[in-house]
Amino acid sequence: MTFIDLVFTFFAGMLLLAGLGVISSRNPVHSVLFLVLSFFSCSALWLLLEAEFLAIVLVLVYVGAVMVLFLFVVMMLDINITQMRQGFVRYLPIGALIALVTVAQMVWVVGPFGPEIFSGEQLNQAVKHGADYSNTKEIGGVLYTDYVFPFEIASVILLVAIVAAIALTMRRREMTKYQTPGKQVKVRKQDRLRVIKMDAESAE
Amino acid sequence: MISLSSYLILGSILFAISIAGIFLNRKNVVVLLMCIELMLLSANINFVAFSHYLNDISGQVFVFFILTVAAAEAAIGLAILVTLFRNRRTIDVDQLDAMKG
Repeated sequence: MTFIDLVFTFFAGMLLLAGLGVISSRNPVHSVLFLVLSFFSCSALWLLLEAEFLAIVLVLVYVGAVMVLFLFVVMMLDINITQMRQGFVRYLPIGALIALVTVAQMVWVVGPFGPEIFSGEQLNQAVKHGADYSNTKEIGGVLYTDYVFPFEIASVILLVAIVAAIALTMRRREMTKYQTPGKQVKVRKQDRLRVIKMDAESAE
Repeated sequence: MISLSSYLILGSILFAISIAGIFLNRKNVVVLLMCIELMLLSANINFVAFSHYLNDISGQVFVFFILTVAAAEAAIGLAILVTLFRNRRTIDVDQLDAMKG
């Protein structure tokens, strides 16, 4: 067992344990934290696969932004945990059964008992890159040439997500006082200001 | 040397865990969203593994797009969840039957 195998076994085991933690935690906050752990383990596995850019993006964008958003929402909502756990034991057998059948079917295809192509060496065209190889540069080179149209579509999707998220959660409170800038700049002097002629008052 | 099938088996086990999670936590929308994230992660593991073993960078570009769409999905899903909780004071899926589905 080489060092690489050891690293793979460690992080894969941690990923699966964290995944089990996500679905079995009593408290949703713990679930989010387990999900963070699983993303970290997965990013280590991607480093092993020489996908450095995506591994860093997974940690920065996913753990740093999306998971924090999850954590924020979970902590903001007042969730009744005991009520949410109803039916957990009831659905445990059917859930475990379906999971086992799914794993068995997929492992049958891609595992060591399946076709030789996945476990054998003929599919393995991996190239050992040197230290001067930049994964980010490679991805950028493809992303801005061959995949430039999907890239633009992705940016539009993100814009739509921003607009949708803000439009869904923004609400106008009835009692708040706010200014309308349009009306503010349209104001004329004669609407607001009244100059009164009056005699000077004298001290008695 | 780790073979491609190790990564594929890992991805399939993670996928099965998230399916089981959807069955077990069917009342809690937050955990359902987390299970969907886990499912997308298992798909991404497959993409990256194939990209490495076939020496083709396109797989990683696809993972990039999947991450983008998953982030958008999470943001909108959580926004819907917050609105839902504000109106109904619950996120129990069983009580969200206004549309009589």
